[in-house]
Amino acid sequence: MWRKVALYGYAGKILHVDLTTGKTYTEPLNEDYAKKYIGGIGLGMRLWLDNSKAGVDPFSPENPLVLTTGPTSGTVWPTGGNGHAFVSKSPQSYGIGESKSHGSFGTELKRAGYDAVVFHGKAEKPVYVWIDDDSVQILDASHLWGKSPAETEDIIKEELGDYYIRVAAIGPAGEKLVRIACIINEKTRAAGRCGMGAVMGSKNLKAIAVRGTHDVTVAKPDEFLEFVKEFHERMKGPATKKYRTLGTPENVLVHNALHCMPTRNYNNAHFEAAEKVSGEYLNERYVAKIIGCSSCAMRCEHICVVTEGPYKGAMARVEYEPLWALGPYCGIDRLDAIIKGSELCNYYGMDSISAGVIVGFAMDCYENGILTQKDMDGIEARFGNHEALVKLLEKMGKRDGIGDILAEGVKFAAEKIGKGAEKLAQHIKGVEVTGYDLRCLKTAALGFAVSFRGADHNRHGAYAFDVKGKFNRLKYEKGRAKAVKDIEDVYTIIDSLIICKFSRGTYYKEFEDLAKLYTLVTGWETTPEEMRLKGERINNLARVINVREGLGRKDDHLPYKVMHMPIPDEGPSKGAYVTQEELEMMLDDYYEARGWTRDGIPTPEKLKALGMDDLIPIVEAKIKKA
Amino acid sequence: MVKIHERKFVSADPDKCVGCQVCEYICAWTKEKAFNPLKSRIRVVRLNPLVNISITCRLCEDPPCVAACPRDALTQSEENGTIIVDEDKCNGCGWCIEACDYGAISLHPEKKVVFVCDLCKDKPDGPQCVKWCPEEALDLVTADVLAQKARITATKKLFQEALKVAPPA
Ligand code: SF4
Ligand code: SF4
Ligand code: SF4
Repeated sequence: MWRKVALYGYAGKILHVDLTTGKTYTEPLNEDYAKKYIGGIGLGMRLWLDNSKAGVDPFSPENPLVLTTGPTSGTVWPTGGNGHAFVSKSPQSYGIGESKSHGSFGTELKRAGYDAVVFHGKAEKPVYVWIDDDSVQILDASHLWGKSPAETEDIIKEELGDYYIRVAAIGPAGEKLVRIACIINEKTRAAGRCGMGAVMGSKNLKAIAVRGTHDVTVAKPDEFLEFVKEFHERMKGPATKKYRTLGTPENVLVHNALHCMPTRNYNNAHFEAAEKVSGEYLNERYVAKIIGCSSCAMRCEHICVVTEGPYKGAMARVEYEPLWALGPYCGIDRLDAIIKGSELCNYYGMDSISAGVIVGFAMDCYENGILTQKDMDGIEARFGNHEALVKLLEKMGKRDGIGDILAEGVKFAAEKIGKGAEKLAQHIKGVEVTGYDLRCLKTAALGFAVSFRGADHNRHGAYAFDVKGKFNRLKYEKGRAKAVKDIEDVYTIIDSLIICKFSRGTYYKEFEDLAKLYTLVTGWETTPEEMRLKGERINNLARVINVREGLGRKDDHLPYKVMHMPIPDEGPSKGAYVTQEELEMMLDDYYEARGWTRDGIPTPEKLKALGMDDLIPIVEAKIKKA
Repeated sequence: MVKIHERKFVSADPDKCVGCQVCEYICAWTKEKAFNPLKSRIRVVRLNPLVNISITCRLCEDPPCVAACPRDALTQSEENGTIIVDEDKCNGCGWCIEACDYGAISLHPEKKVVFVCDLCKDKPDGPQCVKWCPEEALDLVTADVLAQKARITATKKLFQEALKVAPPA
């Protein structure tokens, strides 16, 4: 062993890069933080909190961008070895933003010897940061400005002369502060949500290139490998079959049958042409290869290629959410156009979920006469017009014409447009909705409303209770918040260890399996109950941050149409919507389950119980005011 | 010297290999007790999202790596055709690396001598990468069997339509 091991599972070091001064320095990883917040989004949020001031503007140099790995990164843990997370203040929600991505970038960063990198300040000119083990350089990126993340990656590998270097980069959208800009690594993997790419762009930081040569260690390697082997077997089982076969696009027909697939910007919950955009058809016609991330034993990445027609040559990875957003949500029934749309999102570096929802919003505005053809730069933006989709995505990526307004995301775009456009803007905390019709999935509606990073299925997965029939999805009943809370706590653990959420079905008893994993990796004996507490702690941390940034009960809302426009389609969800009364009940129920005040503020007692006494002053100030 | 059709090496099926690097991790662990792909004798190459495969030593007939070494540090095993590195003689000059068309022999990041797949000769259950690959993409095959496989795939492609209607074999 050529490097002294201070901590197992962790690299033990945090890198700070000040882009304003060009200085870089490291600090040891605080062991207490590692134990309390694990890594990934947990550690990332804590580092963000420590390195920022309340009320900071997301695009100010004072807003740090935190990049983290998890304790399993760089090990062979199936789906766990490969993730990384970005955390910063979101230019969409103005609360905490976080986004994860998988691939190989995270493993490399861990091998380079870092659990986290904190980017401070703002470079004067476009730069990229080159992390080569202990050597960290800030290099000129003027020649990369305007390039796509994939082009950027290729050029950097070429100029540094090593094809195994991993790169995470922003595209033109991030440079232009498009609020939905993402950060892409390995060409098809995106840290998509919350506009982290725009934050990166605001720092003039085009890319992060990493090479790591150190070994990664775990505390109990033999038992760890046995556990890995066991999970390889589990991952061949039914829990992951979906990802191995049709992939998440399988949801298209499932959601459509239940009439819970928001269509045409929530004008419908059912898509008559669903067959044409189904996972089944996609697989048969467009999937060229299914590939996997580093250390994954399931593989899920369905790479699709268009071989004929106007979009010939388009290639993109396709998942349910982007497919839904760029397809049914815009009334579009052509997979070739959807693949082209995804490719464009990758090219410009935009979150394809948000991008699709914005186009759907624009189309709705157009059909309602709120935006005229002139406003639209001559684009006939009717639902179902795939050419309009492609043009609008391009305009948004370039901030050209109407694209300049749409690049703000539906919330801010609607404010600029006026004329009632707000009623068509389907977002929560400024973050565009995802592919679950919240009018008829009421447990999901709660999960979405309270999600700390805005509208998102990935902070809780509460839709599963509704879709699988565990609860009556059409009616909210008190007591369900407990289930939402529990699953949220699992999800923050998953995102802090950074293991892939697609593996969640392989943990038979979540906290038990995850505690065992954590123990084997770090050597710190951790009980399932302690693991649960860590999950709860991280959710409370996120809430404390949001409270500090001024978010509260009023921001735990649902989009206008969800609360005012009952599902019109004949079928199993007809007439469903969420009433104000229901929403209030959900929130009361949830805050109670969390042990927060009626305003949704974590109480000092709660923070004390979770060992976060140091954060009590933040909430105290707010509770007094409230 | 073993006959070519008896000599087996690790080969990946390009249709099955997903580029997950599990083989790399397991190789590095088996040989060096390290989680570190740089110490793996099998390496994954991903050219673009569609084109990826893992590659290791092919145990060439008349191995160019051996011929290239100016210090006679490399020999080919009579028994199974693997390349044996004499670590005392190797000074890491890299002529063998240049000679290998597959990039199968590489410089060890710490020891600064070359290392190459030895088919896990110390493991009774054979190559560990083959055993662990979650996609069962790796096989220990002879060149002859590889050719047979390729012929079968090619034939299947040519008669795809006919196979659809033909009764299952
Ligand atoms: S483990 Fe198998 S599938 Fe994964 S990269 Fe290696 S050969 Fe390919
Ligand atoms: S190292 Fe390369 S050249 Fe040498 S035997 Fe193996 S494949 Fe052939
Ligand atoms: S056979 Fe053994 S030494 Fe060769 S690549 Fe596979 S794991 Fe490594």
